[in-house]
Amino acid sequence: MKITRFLNKRSSLGIPYFLFMLCFVVAPLVIIVFFAFTDGNGHLTFDNFLRFVSNPKDLNTFVYSMVLSMITTLICLVVGYPIAYILSDSRLCKSQVMVILFIMPMMVNVLVRTLATVALFGWLHLPLGEGALIFGMVYNFLPFMIYPIYNVLNKLDKSYIEAAQDLGANPVQVFLKVVLPLSKEGIISGVMMVYMPTISTFAISELLTLNNIKLFGTTIQENINNGMWNYGAMLAVVMLVIIMVLNMFDKSPEEGGSEMGGLV
Amino acid sequence: MKKFFAQAYLWVVLIVMYAPIIVIAVYSFTEAKVLGNWTGFSFNLYKSLFQGGAGQALTSALINTLIIAVISSTCATFLGTFAAVGIFYTRHKFRKNTMNALNNIPILNPDIITGISLFLLFVALGVNQGYVTICLAHITFCTPYVVLSVMPRLHQMNPNTYEAALDLGATPHQALWKVIIPQVRSGMIAGFILAFTLSIDDFEVSIFNLGNNGLETLSTFIYSDARRGGLSPELRPLSTLVFVVVLLVLFVVNIYNARAARKKQ
Repeated sequence: MKITRFLNKRSSLGIPYFLFMLCFVVAPLVIIVFFAFTDGNGHLTFDNFLRFVSNPKDLNTFVYSMVLSMITTLICLVVGYPIAYILSDSRLCKSQVMVILFIMPMMVNVLVRTLATVALFGWLHLPLGEGALIFGMVYNFLPFMIYPIYNVLNKLDKSYIEAAQDLGANPVQVFLKVVLPLSKEGIISGVMMVYMPTISTFAISELLTLNNIKLFGTTIQENINNGMWNYGAMLAVVMLVIIMVLNMFDKSPEEGGSEMGGLV
Repeated sequence: MKKFFAQAYLWVVLIVMYAPIIVIAVYSFTEAKVLGNWTGFSFNLYKSLFQGGAGQALTSALINTLIIAVISSTCATFLGTFAAVGIFYTRHKFRKNTMNALNNIPILNPDIITGISLFLLFVALGVNQGYVTICLAHITFCTPYVVLSVMPRLHQMNPNTYEAALDLGATPHQALWKVIIPQVRSGMIAGFILAFTLSIDDFEVSIFNLGNNGLETLSTFIYSDARRGGLSPELRPLSTLVFVVVLLVLFVVNIYNARAARKKQ
């Protein structure tokens, strides 16, 4: 009797998902950390980490990936912010279709988009390499920068801007002192949504540089594929730590998620 | 003047953004092996896409992708909807926060971490990878988005209707299916569509959880094909088709949503 009453409670409907997450979200993370700090025989060891720190090749790839992702994120921000701004200003752009056109590519397969970039560079007789890689990453992730900034700017109360104008601010001041600070949240989530996937990507760099440039994601994938699970897991944990640190800057991960959820 | 520059900027970026796919689409109508040589208009690449040897592997990859997407987004929709109801009605603060935090992990994790961690789980458990593991993996990263799509509908719901149903003699089970579920249906549909697109689109999680029995999804097929022989010409019509279909569906859905939103106002 007690059991039926317990199961009939609405809050009990979350139990299956809770158990599912324990098995497929929590346990895998525990296992990845376990693999990272053990050797092939299951003995506790820090060798994997020491091997990473003392391996100049992997360490270089790591730093290179971080820098390349930062460049990509910066370009996305510089190109994407004006777009989001124009799209959110009804005097500059009335059409809702325009917004959809900018956001849609987000939903098309990453590999299809990357292959298209490879084709474009071939068509224009441009060499594949670092330039192509940066273009490809910007091309792939620009919508992820535009969307959150657009959302914040769209909800921004326009009377703040009018008030600033009435009080004698010039357009530059209005932008720097009112619009920019108020859109900070959108910028942070845009930067996160671009930076995080770019540091972990692997297929894009292989296709766009003919395998000449390796990113950290590729290094992780190669190690896992070649059966070096412990070392690969350690590299994944390094990435996980960076993601966790970055997430501390983003105060509203839930909101960012639901914004994504709203887009179909 | 300002408007002119703004519009010009939008169009320049749009053209650059869509240029790669336009080039691919144009050259999918010619037979040349190398992209950039125009050897006259023909539909042959489209024909060989669905007939030749490469076509067969491709078709089966496409079918796999769709089956996996249907199974995992359906499971994710039900699991996620019940979870959302459960979380919404949990009064216990700690349990509620734990559930929300756990739900956010797959969203925040990069795909490669989700993929590798599940791969290591299946290795540790000694499970052979294949259809089952890839569906489980897809359910793992799709369900959080369903929870997030259903949650706002629960907030909008009148809390008294469920109690009213119970007072009128409905069992909790009936009240759930006849009162709560119909009211969150639009959230469930949005969540399902999102889960479906995420599943079809996925590459990084799939590649680690496919196993090595020759199971391929569309993304992994494109990846291994591009890696093997450089770009085979059949990828041009394929990319064009994928792009056009996805864009059309999204365009229609979004226009429909925008209209519905305007009507409400």
